Amino acid sequence: MTQRVEIVRKILDANERIAAANRALLDENKVFGVNMMSAPGAGKTSVIMETLRRLPHGVRAGVIEGDTAPVTIDADKISALGTPAVQINTSGSCHLDAVMVELGLQKLDLKLLNLAVIENVGNLICPASFDLGTHANIVIASIPEGDDKPYKYPNIYRGLDVLIINKIDLLPYIDFRMDYFTRGIQILNPDIKIFTVSCKSGEGFEGWMSWLMSKIPAKDQLKDL
Amino acid sequence: MHELAVTESILELANQAASENGASRVTEIFLTIGQLSSIVADSVQFYWDHISKGTPSEGAILHFERVPARLHCKDCGESYQLSEELLPCPACGSIALEIISGEELQIDHIEIMKEKDDTTG
Ligand SMILES: Nc1nc2c(ncn2[C@@H]2O[C@H](COP(=O)(O)OP(=O)(O)O)[C@@H](O)[C@H]2O)c(=O)[nH]1
Ligand SMILES: [Mg+2]
Ligand SMILES: [Zn+2]
Ligand SMILES: [Zn+2]
Repeated sequence: MTQRVEIVRKILDANERIAAANRALLDENKVFGVNMMSAPGAGKTSVIMETLRRLPHGVRAGVIEGDTAPVTIDADKISALGTPAVQINTSGSCHLDAVMVELGLQKLDLKLLNLAVIENVGNLICPASFDLGTHANIVIASIPEGDDKPYKYPNIYRGLDVLIINKIDLLPYIDFRMDYFTRGIQILNPDIKIFTVSCKSGEGFEGWMSWLMSKIPAKDQLKDL
Repeated sequence: MHELAVTESILELANQAASENGASRVTEIFLTIGQLSSIVADSVQFYWDHISKGTPSEGAILHFERVPARLHCKDCGESYQLSEELLPCPACGSIALEIISGEELQIDHIEIMKEKDDTTG
């Protein structure tokens, strides 16, 4: 004889609980957290580095780098800018989850920071399903990926706060209908903020930076050492 | 894409429910998986057969209820089922849409078997 047991639980419940704890930890320390997702090579590391260079004096960032392989290439680039960077090796997993981010946050001195940037694994499909506990979910699209992606993969762009369209310096060379692309994004995301940028020329970064700065909570600044 | 992580969560939830209910075995698991969750049932089944071995859930049958994605148009009120490709409202062309269903990714109930003990029958 078998017996029926009702469960009705979301399968990723455990992840969501830990994500909520991560968010509470960031809030407690007045740190704004962002989760940067994109296909491989769309420009996550480039956008993060350009953002770090443009941060006003007194705004301190820490970066968590997710990589499927134990390579520290991206983390080394960030460290070279003088920003604390933590490398998380996902040992082959195609996305970061809240537990990995919890470990990363433990290695950052959150008391000293205003901004925590997480570079997710280069994969456009599944990182979006895993809440990390950040305040903003951001996808970086790039011109060479083509303008039909939102129509083919609608689920990827749901639940986003910001879309950064990178590599606009390549627009003269590639057929990319910006209106068509952004309309596809807005279908399930009418309130999304869209910024078009180029890491190569620096074009468009002002808008993104002022949005980001408007989100960073006020915090008593510790004196520069 | 991340079917392994999903399958591990299913296993954990099922084994936990079994031990909370004093069951020695889980025989069936009923899951609801929405079209927009991008989970492939066949992959879940594949991982399941491997990772459930040696646990109370070994051999449990997975039942998948797949839920199609349905959208509702905020402008004209039309409801329609999403095909593979995302399209504006077929009735009025609006892009002000909301998702009614298709995001589900949950375990609904399981069937467990208890060890026969002396007090019963
Ligand atoms: N032309 C152009 N190339 C870019 C731009 N941003 C990044 N890249 C290049 O794209 C490649 C991948 O960038 P990266 O930041 O490593 O991408 P990630 O894999 O998403 O972290 C590198 O060769 C960058 O130099 C841009 O705005 N314009
Ligand atoms: Mg990178
Ligand atoms: Zn994944
Ligand atoms: Zn309509």
